[in-house]
Amino acid sequence: MNLATPRTGGMLALAAVIAILPLLLPNSFYYDIVILIGINAIVCIGLNLLIGYTGQISLGHAGFFGIGAYFSGILGANYGWPAFASMLAGAAFVAAVSFIIARPIMKLKGHYLAMGTLGMGIIISIVLTQEGDLTGGPDGMPVPPFSVFGFSLYGEKTWYWVVGVSLLITVWLALNLVDSPVGRALRSVHGSEVAAETLGVNVPHYKVQVFVTSAVIASFAGSLFAHYAGFITPDEAGFVHSIELVTMVVLGGMASTFGAVVGAAILTVLPQLLTVFHDYEMLVFGTILIGTMIFMRRGLVPTIAALFGERKE
Amino acid sequence: MFAEFLQFLFSGITVGAIYALVGLGFTIIYNASHIINFAQGEFVMLGAMSAVFFVSVGMPMPVAMLLAIIITIFIGLALVKLAIEPARNASIVTLIIITIGASIFLRGAAQVLWGRNFHSLAPISGNDPIMIGGAAVLPQSLWILGSAMLIVMALRYFFDRTLIGKAIVASAHNPLAARLAGINARFVLLLSFGLSAMLGAVAGFLIAPISLAYPSVGIMLGLKGFCAAVLGGLGNPMGAVLGGLIVGISEAMTAGYISSAYKDAVAFIIILGVLFFRPSGLFGIRGTERV
Amino acid sequence: MSLLRLENLSRSFGGIDAVDNLSFAVEPGPIHSIIGPNGAGKTTLFNLITGLYKPSSGKIFFNESDITGKHPWQLAGLGLARTFQNLQIFFNMSAVENVMVGMHLKSDTRFHASLLRFKSIVTGDRLNRERAAELLNFVDLGDYVGSETSSMPYGALKRLEIARALAADPSVLLLDEPAAGLNPAETESVDSLIQKVAANSVTVILVEHDMRLVMGVSDHIFVLEGGRLLAEGKAYDIRHNPDVVAAYLGESGRVR
Repeated sequence: MNLATPRTGGMLALAAVIAILPLLLPNSFYYDIVILIGINAIVCIGLNLLIGYTGQISLGHAGFFGIGAYFSGILGANYGWPAFASMLAGAAFVAAVSFIIARPIMKLKGHYLAMGTLGMGIIISIVLTQEGDLTGGPDGMPVPPFSVFGFSLYGEKTWYWVVGVSLLITVWLALNLVDSPVGRALRSVHGSEVAAETLGVNVPHYKVQVFVTSAVIASFAGSLFAHYAGFITPDEAGFVHSIELVTMVVLGGMASTFGAVVGAAILTVLPQLLTVFHDYEMLVFGTILIGTMIFMRRGLVPTIAALFGERKE
Repeated sequence: MFAEFLQFLFSGITVGAIYALVGLGFTIIYNASHIINFAQGEFVMLGAMSAVFFVSVGMPMPVAMLLAIIITIFIGLALVKLAIEPARNASIVTLIIITIGASIFLRGAAQVLWGRNFHSLAPISGNDPIMIGGAAVLPQSLWILGSAMLIVMALRYFFDRTLIGKAIVASAHNPLAARLAGINARFVLLLSFGLSAMLGAVAGFLIAPISLAYPSVGIMLGLKGFCAAVLGGLGNPMGAVLGGLIVGISEAMTAGYISSAYKDAVAFIIILGVLFFRPSGLFGIRGTERV
Repeated sequence: MSLLRLENLSRSFGGIDAVDNLSFAVEPGPIHSIIGPNGAGKTTLFNLITGLYKPSSGKIFFNESDITGKHPWQLAGLGLARTFQNLQIFFNMSAVENVMVGMHLKSDTRFHASLLRFKSIVTGDRLNRERAAELLNFVDLGDYVGSETSSMPYGALKRLEIARALAADPSVLLLDEPAAGLNPAETESVDSLIQKVAANSVTVILVEHDMRLVMGVSDHIFVLEGGRLLAEGKAYDIRHNPDVVAAYLGESGRVR
């Protein structure tokens, strides 16, 4: 194994950060933020496969996150399913739904695709809000704790390791995928659809595949979130959350798996830091967003990587 | 029976006219720059909130409206100067995030200035409904319809007959040729944002007596206006107007006859249905990619 | 038996026939060219043959089997590869990776194997990378093996497209204006590259404006005008065909 490659080097660095971080976190409030970073990062890594690598935008992925969360909630709380089973059921359902919707929706291009995915997400969140008998409506619903073999996961410290390991696994899978013939096929769709087609890449097939993959990853993360937080609302599936996710991906850096992690970290921490601005929080947040996109168009990680690359030469 | 239908139809056309104005705003900016301005809904919010503010400090309604338009146009121009122009040649996704950043900023600014509360605005000519064919129509609805029609006609004249309007259309069809013909792209961009901001402001203070005014009022209005614009085929102004009316009327009919719970979903169900069968909207041109 | 055969092929855009009831056959053999004035339908024809456009009517046969309406990726599997008049480089990938996409159909593209990085993926990618480097050497881009495409000059990118298309091991390679935008020296070397490709028993079909290149390398020439076949034959016959001379007189004066 070559440690100098971004692949193994990055994996080791991330593993080291996850291992060392607990020494630096003073209390459960900080653990909570880091766990949320991890969950957001998992969704963003999946979304980045779709947006950053394959070049297909989705403004509705929070919908899949929400479906995963509510499957865990509804099957767990209302029907007493074991957590693993409801999590898998949610992922299977999301796989089926996203597969059915992927063919027609991935035919759309540019702003039409943005509109289609946006509509899809909003419809999901409206259904979750309106089917109050199942979902508790706009006020949300409680979710039972995650238990494996009769042992329940309680407390931020336990969840920290669960989410940390899940994140590492997701990063590993994403890095594997990107650096494979399938990954190159996905990237070729972003580079030039016509050229990809004439080289034998079945473009619709790969668009569907990556859409379903990113949706299923979002669903798993949604289930994790539901069991960790213990309470979920339709906002989890809403338009604002979808936009947050896309922003994390773009801010961290498109087509960079570690960028997705960094983007998730910054945009999860930032609102916490900005609470000192009280009423001015949204003003500052909007300004930072605009500023970053103007001055670091390719996102944080690729921009910084390019700076270091120039210095080496 | 028929009176009930007429009632739903009127309320559908009223809200549809507002969606049409918002959709037109998307269309004008899209034509000038191929940018989707996700802050379009915030123009609507600013129009509503600032009109409420000026009335509350004692200005007469027409003056308040005029000032609301001026302020919103100013914000639209500032948006171009401070956020869009510095990011020229950025990718579509980056520009989308920038306009989303702008919308968050404007919502935040409105909260700081005017608080998170709901404000009401007095209708232009009272609240006594007019009976038409057994349906009660608010005078404000007539104001909305009349203003929307006037604006649509004025815009048609502007784009079809005036030199500046034709310049915008030309630069939408062929930016390079337009530049060679001496049309200033930066000016066209500013003009398009100014016009869209004006449309937003008008839609905002017209709908405020019906929908109330609050900092996040623009989110759904903006998204449904985007639906209207895409439904009609992005870049087609008359398509956006028709799209707005289709969305508004279907929404009112769904709320009236089926379920008001899913009223907000109607616009998005229609748009998905249409896009699945016609990927470029109802009246969009199906392009063939040139290789 | 002809390699590629068109039967009454038509394609119209908004009422204008870009390709109009076109029939001809390409026999197996080294280098064929399609020439014609601007708007003669050459690129449209390429797009029809490679499945990017669907014909309005007519049929296309490849090795005497009907390929009309097949998807581009299916045609790639049958042995058709092409380059583009306007560069269609994957600028989000390095030069080597561009060529590796050309080996897509021969690679292990099982999804779970890629996710879990099976050994077949690792060894397959290593072999593909080596072969891609060889192909880059073959098109004289040995210096660019590790390069990012965004930093490569235009002439090199033109060759990269050829290497990428060759990576698919095609039996027929369609080149859409490989010399467009190149200086005379670069054109000269594209000329020899085309001959080198043809020498490796790949049939080359060329669309090109540079008459000297066409007349020099082509074994057989098809002349299109207004979407129809005006003439076909050897370079000498074409050069002296009065119809062709007349068609070109309107455009550039004379056929060199």
